Amino acid sequence: MTVTVLLFASYADALGKSAIELDVQPGSTVRDLLGKLASMPGGHRLPPRPLVAVNEEYANLHDELRGGEEVAVIPPVAGG
Amino acid sequence: MRVRLLDHAIDVATLIAEVGDDSCGASAVFLGRVRDVNDGRAVSGIEYSAYRAMAEREMETIASEARDSFGVERLIVEHRLGTLGLGDVSVAVVVAHAHRAPALDACRYVIEQLKQRVPIWKLEHYADGTREWVGASTRPANSEMRTDAPVSR
Repeated sequence: MTVTVLLFASYADALGKSAIELDVQPGSTVRDLLGKLASMPGGHRLPPRPLVAVNEEYANLHDELRGGEEVAVIPPVAGG
Repeated sequence: MRVRLLDHAIDVATLIAEVGDDSCGASAVFLGRVRDVNDGRAVSGIEYSAYRAMAEREMETIASEARDSFGVERLIVEHRLGTLGLGDVSVAVVVAHAHRAPALDACRYVIEQLKQRVPIWKLEHYADGTREWVGASTRPANSEMRTDAPVSR
């Protein structure tokens, strides 16, 4: 199964792209997905526990993925 | 009550006219503007970007919280995206109410929550030609989030 990972701002710069399609095993968690990202080129520049949103809602690291989700990795926000 | 992300200039006068009517004895306005210095560095502009769908959703949630907490129905929040120059208005929160206290309290609440929760980012452009993401330091990513928000663990 695949999920779409969205990266923004400094995290998009770190990985050199703003969207990635990733294959994940059924039963994978958000934490597993972050592990995959961390092992990609530039992934070491992400913090160990970034904020994550799944389908536009803030999520927890142990949340399971079913495939097809939009997973956003969210840098410290700075609006205003 | 409405919220919006904008790719063009915020029209403050129109917002003030839109938000209130003759039943409103008070209109509170907060404007965020691009400042010429940050952390001692001369700033020449700021590029704003967002996770648009989620940002608008979070802005709507905050507006609803303000309505529930302060009893304000007349509230508009607009945030600019794209590249802004010095002095440009980046965000406007306008609230109208019969009385000043709910209008002022709601206005303050909305801007404080927006800065903590809405997925918008600033790429600061400095006078020396360099650029840097604001807040992109090595501290934990959730350090700026409200403590009662569901955060990654």
